[in-house]
Amino acid sequence: MISHLIPRVLSKLLIPLIMLFALYVQFHGDYGPGGGFQAGVIFGAGIILYTLLFGLDRAKEAFRPRVLEIFVAGGVLLYGGVGIAAIFAGGNFLDYDVLAHDPTHGQHLGILLVELGVGITVAAVMATIFFQFAGRGRTDD
Amino acid sequence: MLDIVHLILFTFLAVVAVAIIRLKDLFAAVMLMGIFSLLSASLFTVMDAVDVAFTEAAVGAGISTILMLATLALTESEEHPEHNKIQVMPLIAVVATGAVLVFATFDMPRYGDPEAPIHHRVAPHYIEHTDDEIGVPNMVTAVLASYRGYDTWGETTVIFTACVGVMLLLGGHAIVDRFRRRKDSGSEGDS
Repeated sequence: MISHLIPRVLSKLLIPLIMLFALYVQFHGDYGPGGGFQAGVIFGAGIILYTLLFGLDRAKEAFRPRVLEIFVAGGVLLYGGVGIAAIFAGGNFLDYDVLAHDPTHGQHLGILLVELGVGITVAAVMATIFFQFAGRGRTDD
Repeated sequence: MLDIVHLILFTFLAVVAVAIIRLKDLFAAVMLMGIFSLLSASLFTVMDAVDVAFTEAAVGAGISTILMLATLALTESEEHPEHNKIQVMPLIAVVATGAVLVFATFDMPRYGDPEAPIHHRVAPHYIEHTDDEIGVPNMVTAVLASYRGYDTWGETTVIFTACVGVMLLLGGHAIVDRFRRRKDSGSEGDS
Protein backbone atom coordinates (compact mmCIF):
# COMPACT_ATOMS: atom_id res chain seq x y z
CA MET A 1 0.00 0.00 0.00
CA ILE A 2 1.24 3.46 -0.86
CA SER A 3 1.94 5.51 2.25
CA HIS A 4 0.09 8.77 1.80
CA LEU A 5 2.30 10.56 4.31
CA ILE A 6 1.35 14.21 3.70
CA PRO A 7 -2.44 13.63 3.49
CA ARG A 8 -2.25 11.45 6.62
CA VAL A 9 -0.37 14.06 8.66
CA LEU A 10 -2.67 16.82 7.44
CA SER A 11 -5.78 14.77 8.11
CA LYS A 12 -4.59 14.11 11.67
CA LEU A 13 -4.67 17.87 12.11
CA LEU A 14 -7.96 18.29 10.28
CA ILE A 15 -10.14 15.42 11.52
CA PRO A 16 -10.32 16.63 15.16
CA LEU A 17 -11.22 20.09 13.88
CA ILE A 18 -13.90 18.64 11.57
CA MET A 19 -15.43 16.70 14.47
CA LEU A 20 -15.22 19.70 16.79
CA PHE A 21 -16.93 21.79 14.11
CA ALA A 22 -19.64 19.13 13.83
CA LEU A 23 -20.28 19.40 17.58
CA TYR A 24 -20.36 23.20 17.26
CA VAL A 25 -22.93 22.96 14.45
CA GLN A 26 -24.89 20.47 16.56
CA PHE A 27 -25.12 22.50 19.75
CA HIS A 28 -25.10 25.96 18.20
CA GLY A 29 -28.02 25.07 15.90
CA ASP A 30 -30.40 27.04 18.11
CA TYR A 31 -28.48 30.25 17.43
CA GLY A 32 -26.84 29.92 14.00
CA PRO A 33 -27.32 27.94 10.82
CA GLY A 34 -27.07 24.21 11.26
CA GLY A 35 -28.62 21.51 13.36
CA GLY A 36 -28.66 17.79 13.85
CA PHE A 37 -28.65 16.70 10.23
CA GLN A 38 -25.80 18.98 9.15
CA ALA A 39 -23.76 18.13 12.23
CA GLY A 40 -24.28 14.41 11.69
CA VAL A 41 -23.22 14.65 8.07
CA ILE A 42 -20.07 16.61 8.95
CA PHE A 43 -19.18 14.12 11.68
CA GLY A 44 -19.81 11.26 9.26
CA ALA A 45 -17.57 12.97 6.68
CA GLY A 46 -14.83 13.09 9.32
CA ILE A 47 -15.14 9.34 9.89
CA ILE A 48 -15.12 8.72 6.11
CA LEU A 49 -11.99 10.87 5.69
CA TYR A 50 -10.28 8.81 8.39
CA THR A 51 -11.32 5.59 6.60
CA LEU A 52 -10.02 6.82 3.25
CA LEU A 53 -6.57 7.62 4.61
CA PHE A 54 -5.99 4.94 7.22
CA GLY A 55 -7.86 1.99 5.74
CA LEU A 56 -11.08 0.21 6.57
CA ASP A 57 -9.61 -2.10 9.21
CA ARG A 58 -8.18 0.68 11.37
CA ALA A 59 -11.37 2.71 10.96
CA LYS A 60 -13.45 -0.27 12.07
CA GLU A 61 -11.25 -0.52 15.17
CA ALA A 62 -11.78 3.15 15.98
CA PHE A 63 -15.50 3.18 15.12
CA ARG A 64 -16.77 -0.33 15.78
CA PRO A 65 -19.64 -1.33 13.44
CA ARG A 66 -21.47 -2.90 16.39
CA VAL A 67 -21.38 0.41 18.29
CA LEU A 68 -22.40 2.33 15.15
CA GLU A 69 -25.42 0.02 14.76
CA ILE A 70 -26.49 0.87 18.29
CA PHE A 71 -26.10 4.59 17.53
CA VAL A 72 -28.14 4.23 14.29
CA ALA A 73 -31.10 2.95 16.27
CA GLY A 74 -30.32 4.96 19.41
CA GLY A 75 -30.73 8.35 17.74
CA VAL A 76 -34.17 7.45 16.36
CA LEU A 77 -35.15 6.04 19.75
CA LEU A 78 -33.97 9.24 21.49
CA TYR A 79 -36.16 11.29 19.13
CA GLY A 80 -39.15 9.03 19.66
CA GLY A 81 -38.42 8.87 23.39
CA VAL A 82 -38.72 12.65 23.68
CA GLY A 83 -42.10 12.36 21.96
CA ILE A 84 -43.25 9.61 24.32
CA ALA A 85 -41.89 11.55 27.32
CA ALA A 86 -44.07 14.47 26.26
CA ILE A 87 -47.11 12.15 26.25
CA PHE A 88 -46.25 10.92 29.76
CA ALA A 89 -45.82 14.52 30.93
CA GLY A 90 -49.38 15.20 29.86
CA GLY A 91 -48.99 16.71 26.39
CA ASN A 92 -49.22 15.49 22.82
CA PHE A 93 -46.56 13.46 20.98
CA LEU A 94 -43.51 15.74 20.41
CA ASP A 95 -45.15 18.62 22.29
CA TYR A 96 -42.11 19.97 24.16
CA ASP A 97 -44.02 22.59 26.17
CA VAL A 98 -44.69 20.14 28.99
CA LEU A 99 -41.11 18.85 29.33
CA ALA A 100 -40.07 21.57 31.81
CA HIS A 101 -41.83 23.93 34.21
CA ASP A 102 -41.64 26.78 31.74
CA PRO A 103 -42.93 26.11 28.16
CA THR A 104 -39.97 27.95 26.60
CA HIS A 105 -37.50 25.90 28.66
CA GLY A 106 -39.37 22.77 27.62
CA GLN A 107 -39.03 23.79 23.99
CA HIS A 108 -35.29 24.40 24.44
CA LEU A 109 -34.81 21.00 26.06
CA GLY A 110 -36.96 19.21 23.49
CA ILE A 111 -35.21 20.80 20.50
CA LEU A 112 -31.78 20.05 21.98
CA LEU A 113 -32.57 16.37 22.58
CA VAL A 114 -34.37 15.89 19.27
CA GLU A 115 -31.53 17.48 17.29
CA LEU A 116 -29.06 15.31 19.23
CA GLY A 117 -31.05 12.24 18.19
CA VAL A 118 -30.99 13.31 14.54
CA GLY A 119 -27.26 14.04 14.72
CA ILE A 120 -26.39 10.67 16.28
CA THR A 121 -28.46 8.72 13.76
CA VAL A 122 -27.18 10.62 10.72
CA ALA A 123 -23.50 10.38 11.71
CA ALA A 124 -23.79 6.65 12.42
CA VAL A 125 -25.79 6.02 9.22
CA MET A 126 -23.26 7.83 7.01
CA ALA A 127 -20.36 5.89 8.52
CA THR A 128 -22.23 2.57 8.36
CA ILE A 129 -23.26 3.01 4.71
CA PHE A 130 -19.69 3.92 3.76
CA PHE A 131 -18.29 0.94 5.67
CA GLN A 132 -20.75 -1.32 3.83
CA PHE A 133 -19.70 0.08 0.42
CA ALA A 134 -16.00 -0.03 1.23
CA GLY A 135 -16.18 -3.53 2.72
CA ARG A 136 -18.07 -4.94 -0.28
CA GLY A 137 -16.06 -7.41 -2.35
CA ARG A 138 -13.74 -8.32 0.50
CA THR A 139 -13.61 -11.92 1.58
CA ASP A 140 -13.08 -11.41 5.29
CA ASP A 141 -16.70 -10.69 6.21
CA MET B 1 -25.32 42.56 -8.93
CA LEU B 2 -27.00 39.57 -7.29
CA ASP B 3 -28.75 38.78 -10.57
CA ILE B 4 -25.38 38.52 -12.31
CA VAL B 5 -24.14 36.07 -9.65
CA HIS B 6 -27.32 34.00 -10.08
CA LEU B 7 -26.93 34.07 -13.85
CA ILE B 8 -23.29 32.95 -13.73
CA LEU B 9 -24.00 30.14 -11.25
CA PHE B 10 -27.02 28.89 -13.22
CA THR B 11 -24.99 28.98 -16.45
CA PHE B 12 -22.25 26.93 -14.83
CA LEU B 13 -24.88 24.47 -13.53
CA ALA B 14 -26.32 24.02 -17.02
CA VAL B 15 -22.85 23.56 -18.57
CA VAL B 16 -21.85 20.99 -15.94
CA ALA B 17 -25.17 19.13 -16.36
CA VAL B 18 -24.72 18.86 -20.14
CA ALA B 19 -21.13 17.73 -19.65
CA ILE B 20 -22.25 14.99 -17.22
CA ILE B 21 -24.77 13.69 -19.77
CA ARG B 22 -22.28 13.65 -22.63
CA LEU B 23 -19.33 12.10 -20.79
CA LYS B 24 -18.68 8.39 -21.32
CA ASP B 25 -16.05 8.25 -18.57
CA LEU B 26 -18.08 7.70 -15.39
CA PHE B 27 -15.15 8.67 -13.13
CA ALA B 28 -15.11 12.16 -14.65
CA ALA B 29 -18.91 12.28 -14.49
CA VAL B 30 -18.85 11.57 -10.74
CA MET B 31 -16.30 14.35 -10.23
CA LEU B 32 -18.49 16.74 -12.22
CA MET B 33 -21.48 15.73 -10.09
CA GLY B 34 -19.50 16.82 -7.05
CA ILE B 35 -18.83 20.15 -8.75
CA PHE B 36 -22.55 20.38 -9.61
CA SER B 37 -23.41 19.97 -5.92
CA LEU B 38 -20.83 22.56 -4.90
CA LEU B 39 -22.32 25.03 -7.42
CA SER B 40 -25.80 24.30 -6.03
CA ALA B 41 -24.48 24.93 -2.53
CA SER B 42 -23.08 28.31 -3.65
CA LEU B 43 -26.45 29.10 -5.21
CA PHE B 44 -28.26 28.27 -1.95
CA THR B 45 -25.82 30.49 -0.05
CA VAL B 46 -26.53 33.38 -2.41
CA MET B 47 -30.26 32.77 -1.85
CA ASP B 48 -29.68 33.04 1.95
CA ALA B 49 -30.58 29.36 2.55
CA VAL B 50 -27.41 28.66 4.50
CA ASP B 51 -28.79 25.55 6.22
CA VAL B 52 -29.59 23.91 2.88
CA ALA B 53 -26.22 24.98 1.45
CA PHE B 54 -24.51 23.34 4.41
CA THR B 55 -26.28 20.05 3.75
CA GLU B 56 -25.76 20.17 -0.01
CA ALA B 57 -22.02 20.83 0.36
CA ALA B 58 -21.54 18.03 2.89
CA VAL B 59 -23.85 15.39 1.40
CA GLY B 60 -23.88 16.22 -2.30
CA ALA B 61 -20.29 17.29 -2.85
CA GLY B 62 -18.74 15.18 -0.12
CA ILE B 63 -20.37 11.93 0.92
CA SER B 64 -22.36 11.01 -2.20
CA THR B 65 -19.30 11.61 -4.41
CA ILE B 66 -17.31 9.19 -2.25
CA LEU B 67 -20.15 6.63 -2.31
CA MET B 68 -20.28 6.92 -6.12
CA LEU B 69 -16.51 6.40 -6.30
CA ALA B 70 -16.83 3.37 -4.02
CA THR B 71 -19.48 2.00 -6.39
CA LEU B 72 -17.24 2.60 -9.41
CA ALA B 73 -14.45 0.71 -7.66
CA LEU B 74 -16.79 -2.29 -7.49
CA THR B 75 -17.92 -2.09 -11.13
CA GLU B 76 -16.09 -0.32 -13.95
CA SER B 77 -15.75 3.32 -14.83
CA GLU B 78 -16.57 3.21 -18.55
CA GLU B 79 -20.07 3.56 -19.95
CA HIS B 80 -21.09 1.15 -22.73
CA PRO B 81 -24.20 2.59 -24.39
CA GLU B 82 -26.32 0.08 -26.29
CA HIS B 83 -27.69 2.58 -28.77
CA ASN B 84 -25.36 5.01 -30.45
CA LYS B 85 -27.82 6.72 -32.79
CA ILE B 86 -30.50 9.12 -31.58
CA GLN B 87 -33.86 7.43 -30.95
CA VAL B 88 -36.80 9.50 -32.11
CA MET B 89 -39.67 8.44 -29.84
CA PRO B 90 -37.86 8.81 -26.50
CA LEU B 91 -36.50 12.18 -27.68
CA ILE B 92 -40.03 13.40 -28.47
CA ALA B 93 -41.32 12.16 -25.10
CA VAL B 94 -38.50 13.88 -23.20
CA VAL B 95 -38.82 17.16 -25.11
CA ALA B 96 -42.62 17.19 -24.69
CA THR B 97 -42.39 16.53 -20.92
CA GLY B 98 -39.72 19.19 -20.57
CA ALA B 99 -41.82 21.70 -22.49
CA VAL B 100 -44.84 21.02 -20.24
CA LEU B 101 -42.68 21.49 -17.13
CA VAL B 102 -41.22 24.76 -18.41
CA PHE B 103 -44.75 25.91 -19.32
CA ALA B 104 -45.89 25.11 -15.77
CA THR B 105 -43.17 27.33 -14.28
CA PHE B 106 -44.83 30.39 -15.89
CA ASP B 107 -47.62 30.08 -13.30
CA MET B 108 -45.16 30.05 -10.41
CA PRO B 109 -44.68 33.24 -8.39
CA ARG B 110 -41.46 35.09 -9.14
CA TYR B 111 -38.42 34.31 -6.95
CA GLY B 112 -38.64 36.35 -3.75
CA ASP B 113 -42.13 37.66 -4.53
CA PRO B 114 -43.66 38.84 -1.21
CA GLU B 115 -47.15 38.16 -2.61
CA ALA B 116 -46.41 34.46 -3.18
CA PRO B 117 -48.98 32.16 -1.48
CA ILE B 118 -46.29 30.45 0.60
CA HIS B 119 -45.64 33.68 2.51
CA HIS B 120 -49.28 34.06 3.54
CA ARG B 121 -50.17 30.77 5.23
CA VAL B 122 -48.16 29.66 8.27
CA ALA B 123 -44.99 31.68 7.65
CA PRO B 124 -46.32 34.90 9.29
CA HIS B 125 -47.25 32.91 12.41
CA TYR B 126 -43.73 31.44 12.63
CA ILE B 127 -42.13 34.86 12.18
CA GLU B 128 -44.33 36.59 14.74
CA HIS B 129 -44.54 33.92 17.44
CA THR B 130 -41.24 31.98 17.35
CA ASP B 131 -39.70 34.32 19.88
CA ASP B 132 -42.37 33.95 22.58
CA GLU B 133 -43.51 30.37 21.81
CA ILE B 134 -40.15 28.68 21.28
CA GLY B 135 -37.57 31.26 22.34
CA VAL B 136 -34.92 30.08 19.89
CA PRO B 137 -33.08 32.74 17.86
CA ASN B 138 -32.69 30.54 14.75
CA MET B 139 -36.16 30.35 13.24
CA VAL B 140 -35.20 27.50 10.89
CA THR B 141 -34.34 25.28 13.84
CA ALA B 142 -37.58 26.23 15.59
CA VAL B 143 -39.65 25.31 12.52
CA LEU B 144 -37.75 22.09 11.79
CA ALA B 145 -37.50 20.68 15.30
CA SER B 146 -40.62 22.03 16.99
CA TYR B 147 -43.37 23.32 14.69
CA ARG B 148 -42.64 20.58 12.18
CA GLY B 149 -41.31 18.00 14.60
CA TYR B 150 -43.40 15.29 12.93
CA ASP B 151 -41.75 15.95 9.56
CA THR B 152 -38.27 15.74 11.01
CA TRP B 153 -39.22 12.60 12.92
CA GLY B 154 -40.32 11.07 9.61
CA GLU B 155 -37.09 12.15 7.90
CA THR B 156 -34.97 10.60 10.64
CA THR B 157 -36.92 7.37 10.25
CA VAL B 158 -36.34 7.48 6.48
CA ILE B 159 -32.57 7.79 7.04
CA PHE B 160 -32.71 4.93 9.54
CA THR B 161 -34.67 2.77 7.07
CA ALA B 162 -32.22 3.59 4.26
CA CYS B 163 -29.35 2.45 6.47
CA VAL B 164 -31.12 -0.81 7.33
CA GLY B 165 -31.78 -1.36 3.62
CA VAL B 166 -28.13 -0.83 2.67
CA MET B 167 -26.99 -3.10 5.50
CA LEU B 168 -29.32 -5.87 4.35
CA LEU B 169 -28.49 -5.52 0.65
CA LEU B 170 -24.71 -5.11 0.91
CA GLY B 171 -23.98 -6.86 4.19
CA GLY B 172 -26.89 -9.31 4.09
CA HIS B 173 -24.74 -12.26 3.07
CA ALA B 174 -22.74 -11.91 6.29
CA ILE B 175 -25.94 -12.10 8.35
CA VAL B 176 -27.20 -15.10 6.33
CA ASP B 177 -23.82 -16.83 6.70
CA ARG B 178 -23.81 -16.24 10.44
CA PHE B 179 -27.34 -17.61 10.69
CA ARG B 180 -26.49 -20.71 8.60
CA ARG B 181 -23.37 -21.42 10.61
CA ARG B 182 -25.37 -21.23 13.81
CA LYS B 183 -28.03 -23.52 12.32
CA ASP B 184 -25.38 -26.03 11.12
CA SER B 185 -23.63 -26.15 14.48
CA GLY B 186 -27.01 -26.42 16.17
CA SER B 187 -28.08 -29.43 14.06
CA GLU B 188 -24.70 -31.07 14.62
CA GLY B 189 -25.19 -30.68 18.34
CA ASP B 190 -28.58 -32.38 18.08
CA SER B 191 -27.37 -35.42 16.11
